[in-house]
Amino acid sequence: MEALIQLGVFVTLLLCGYFFGRHAERKHYKSIFQREDELRHVVVTAERMPEPELMRHRFNLVSGSVVISVDYFKVVSAGLRSLVGGRLSSYESLLDRARREALLRMQAEAEAQGAEMVINTKFETSRVSGNAGQGLGSMEVLAYGTALIPPSVAG
Amino acid sequence: MLISNIEVVPGKRVVQHLGLVQGSTVRAKHAGKDILAGFKNIFGGELKSYTDLLQESRQEAIDRLIEQADHLGANGVINVRFATSAIAAGASEILAYGTAVVLEDR
Repeated sequence: MEALIQLGVFVTLLLCGYFFGRHAERKHYKSIFQREDELRHVVVTAERMPEPELMRHRFNLVSGSVVISVDYFKVVSAGLRSLVGGRLSSYESLLDRARREALLRMQAEAEAQGAEMVINTKFETSRVSGNAGQGLGSMEVLAYGTALIPPSVAG
Repeated sequence: MLISNIEVVPGKRVVQHLGLVQGSTVRAKHAGKDILAGFKNIFGGELKSYTDLLQESRQEAIDRLIEQADHLGANGVINVRFATSAIAAGASEILAYGTAVVLEDR
């Protein structure tokens, strides 16, 4: 009986994770695609030096960060996958989402300041512990860079 | 105070190098929100309270970095980097470090 209850809880959690997690992921990707199109005019590069013609621009540090949590289904499917090894595609999409979201927030901050470019973009990824007993827990991604603001924009 | 993560600053010249400055902070979330975040780990999605917490701590780290740079008489900090690490369950450390410099217009 007890084993049956445990199994029931496990399956419920799994189904919750599967349905809510998939729904959240699809919604998130949709909004990511939309905002990426809107913010395309803020060019983001990993270049360390600004182009010579941009040397008169003002500059400012901008950053964007996000904490994304895994769902139970991803934990279980990744756990099964790590028995045999190979790509953990459920975690890949998680990190992809987090990274793009962080980048978008950085772009939004740069746009709010009137910047036309963000250079020297760096990423920082870390695991938020606490609720991360086993598996991946929640991932924090930070994107930061230097926004170049044209001299015509008043600051 | 000018903060940037590039080494060469557009339109400015580094007059004086004042060395490395840093600011760090360790923050924890209160237990209630930690439990809520635990539930979120079943459903997936963004943990807004953690995002806010980390943003606040990052600001705090930058503020301390600026304070230190001010103390040295710098007017800019270049080549700023961030580092985040989880040092204990539920607590994370955020460190910002960079080079304090005196800049002047070119």
